[in-house]
Amino acid sequence: MASSSKLNAKIPEGTLEQKWTKYRSNVHLVNPANKRSLEIIVVGSGLAGSSAAASLAEMGYKVKVFCFQDSPRRAHSIAAQGGINAAKNYQNDGDSVYRLFYDTIKGGDYRAREANVHRLAEISGSIIDQCGAQGVPFAREYGGTLSNRSFGGTQVQRTFYAAGQTGQQLLLGAYSALQRQIGMGAVKLFARHEMMEVVKIDGKARGIIARDLITGKLERHFGHAVLLCTGGYGNVFYLSTNAMGCNVTAAWKAHKNGAFFGNPCYTQIHPTCIPVSGDHQSKLTLMSESLRNDGRIWTSKIQNDARKPNDIPDEERDYFLERRYPAFGNLVPRDVASRAAKERCDAGFGSGASKMAVYLDFAANTERYGKIETTKHNLHNPSKEEIIRLGKAVIKEKYGNLFDMYKQITGEDPYEVPMRIYPAVHYTMGGLWVDYNLMTTVPGLFALGEANFSDHGANRLGASALMQGLADGYFVIPYTIGDYLSEEIRTKTISTDNEAFLIAEAKVQDHIHKLMNIKGSKPVDHFHKRLGKIMWEKCGMARNKEGLNWAISEITSLRKEFWSDVCVPGEANEFNPELEKASRVADFLELGELMCIDALDRKESCGGHFREEYQTEEGEALRDDKNYAYVAAWEYKNESDFKLHKEELNYENIKIAQRSYK
Amino acid sequence: MSQGNMNLTLKVWKQKNKNEKGRFETFDAKGISPDMSFLEMFDVVNERLISSGKEPIAFDHDCREGICGMCSMYINGRPHGPKQGVTTCQLHMRSFKDGDTIVVEPWRSAAFPVIKDLAVNRSSFDRIIASGGFVSVNTGNAKDANNILIPKHDADDAFNAAACIGCGACVAACKNSSAMLFVSAKVSQLALLPQGQFEKKERVLNMVKQMDEEGFGNCTNTGACEAECPKSISLENIARMNREYLKASFS
Repeated sequence: MASSSKLNAKIPEGTLEQKWTKYRSNVHLVNPANKRSLEIIVVGSGLAGSSAAASLAEMGYKVKVFCFQDSPRRAHSIAAQGGINAAKNYQNDGDSVYRLFYDTIKGGDYRAREANVHRLAEISGSIIDQCGAQGVPFAREYGGTLSNRSFGGTQVQRTFYAAGQTGQQLLLGAYSALQRQIGMGAVKLFARHEMMEVVKIDGKARGIIARDLITGKLERHFGHAVLLCTGGYGNVFYLSTNAMGCNVTAAWKAHKNGAFFGNPCYTQIHPTCIPVSGDHQSKLTLMSESLRNDGRIWTSKIQNDARKPNDIPDEERDYFLERRYPAFGNLVPRDVASRAAKERCDAGFGSGASKMAVYLDFAANTERYGKIETTKHNLHNPSKEEIIRLGKAVIKEKYGNLFDMYKQITGEDPYEVPMRIYPAVHYTMGGLWVDYNLMTTVPGLFALGEANFSDHGANRLGASALMQGLADGYFVIPYTIGDYLSEEIRTKTISTDNEAFLIAEAKVQDHIHKLMNIKGSKPVDHFHKRLGKIMWEKCGMARNKEGLNWAISEITSLRKEFWSDVCVPGEANEFNPELEKASRVADFLELGELMCIDALDRKESCGGHFREEYQTEEGEALRDDKNYAYVAAWEYKNESDFKLHKEELNYENIKIAQRSYK
Repeated sequence: MSQGNMNLTLKVWKQKNKNEKGRFETFDAKGISPDMSFLEMFDVVNERLISSGKEPIAFDHDCREGICGMCSMYINGRPHGPKQGVTTCQLHMRSFKDGDTIVVEPWRSAAFPVIKDLAVNRSSFDRIIASGGFVSVNTGNAKDANNILIPKHDADDAFNAAACIGCGACVAACKNSSAMLFVSAKVSQLALLPQGQFEKKERVLNMVKQMDEEGFGNCTNTGACEAECPKSISLENIARMNREYLKASFS
């Protein structure tokens, strides 16, 4: 297999260990005086967007930041709970850049680019240093050093954290760096603005059309380069752990303007979420993977067991992850854990009203911690109650906010009864195809963080999303953007009265006018929920040819129905959340089809993509490296018409193997 | 739509935009399940309004898991409603009784102008952070993270202050619309850490100056902010900020 001529990944020459170092020494630079006249648009203000905008402004570029929320601090990176990986080896347990690189490639089921992942692992340590210097309050040991914990798919402790609020603290760090630049006038902020279109001039990205969400006014903004840091598209499933506003609109508009979409079918279904409680549900809540450090996952050994969990004796419990995967136990990667839970529930061993839940139980480790505490405090012959009381205090310090959240949502106290959990859509590994410079197939248009496809292959390991978002923003784009902008120093600011801007604006105007004037009978959510159901059932945790074909035809007809029967109340020239939703759902209705087309094309199982036709006798994912070791990069031709381009994945440093966590 | 057995009456503040006058309007919320969140109850009401050709109620929300700080309803006279330590998105209908009348208003403060109905503009908070809520360290300047040792106790206190989600409930709870809890949480976080020492004087002076310019009121130590804060940010932070401010003013 050879890569498509339209895809040049621009991976630097040299050995894996030297690529990034050599690249940084050779990449073209932009001198400080020229930086001052180059303008950069950053769309999205999460970890990737805020860190990129702050860093680029510090270097001297003129930056504009757009976010649809009322403040950059509200971007959904804020909700990441568990932690951020870095190969610091502070725990002296054998970690290294190579091991983080290897774990990430293996965790991604051998579907990520070696050079990108190695760069990510190399940078990981600097991220922790930078965040520490900003005053991010990481968890610490009594000696004052940073604390670590374990996450899935690894056997070392390399995850840095701030209780169950790591994403919040890292984002607030990046946000304060960004606000500092705003205060100094180096960055201009456009909050409550949504990007509606990319503007291209002579084939290059030169700006965007944005809608002021308060006044409804369309605005034209010029940039020498445009950075999309707009997150993932998990909300195509309607129910997910994403925030309500998370959307694919910016990425999808880019796609329709020539940016190829990479691996759209790679979706991460997170194993530990609070189960669905009814049709009214608007979103699903994650319970951090860090809980699997101390929680044991089990079901009853008896089908349809109606007993309460605490009444089921230990010998009648099936700790199915420990049974199937003794080497990694409860800390297998997310895709493996999710499928195993689904398998048990489908076989009738689930619990709760819907029977679609398994237990996550902290009793054993509460007791273990309690015993350690009694030893620490020199308590002799402690009672069982005393041990449990002390153990609960330890659990509370580690996971208190998560336990409170669980109790608030379910009305059950996880200190007393095991949590009930079930997998839910969480993250999308797919995204805009980018080269080593993080540039899409449209020159001058870049994608960072979850919005790109680059580093996680077919499955992302826990605590790696924060790492990638900040790596891209703090330490990759500041160098790689020079490769492009060094050629742009002669490009003067282009007037936004240029024809390309006017045409793009008119297109958006027309799109909004259409949505407002359908005046149908059903609210936007009606269509979004139906799309979500199709995607979850046919393009979710398990996929097959028949189901995917069915889904494609269902989505096509649902899209027609949407465009003839959706009801968008209110006016276009005012604050109108229903119009915002309608515009986003219109894009999801196109993306969903492409995800199914991609899933249909990939006749193998890998990572989060599980095709029922391709599995081992033990029910594990069965890859086909001979035919499918490629990145699927889709080109938009027309409605329902996408062309596949393949980027071959070469493994020169890792021996590609069947993934095993047994 | 799943059916529940709760029937409620909502009295909701409706206001077309920041220039027009607002008023209360009454809405029925029938067949509500106690397992719904407060915002899911609003989703149901809005879906019915849209289906019957009426305009829905505008409100801010995003993560719906209590961390983004976007949701902002003033429910029965309390920011984020009757439960302590939760945001509106985490408030569940089981906290209300069948037949209840619930009054819902936007945050009220001159520094938070209404955008529409229950949505307000909180960009004044961003400007306060921009005036000094940071450590001036450009990307790439940091030394190895474990070269900065911090006593666990200080790190924990800084973390507790940093848990603020910037929702503005403290301002909405305060009879003077004071933003002291919000500002002091950021000042405290950085004052407690070695990284924040070099700029501590300018930081507190600049942030307080910006807070006053935005039109927030004075603090009278009533403590309503702490009681209503969904993240239980402590009043001790205000005391710490006052000490920092005095030190900075006299040196």
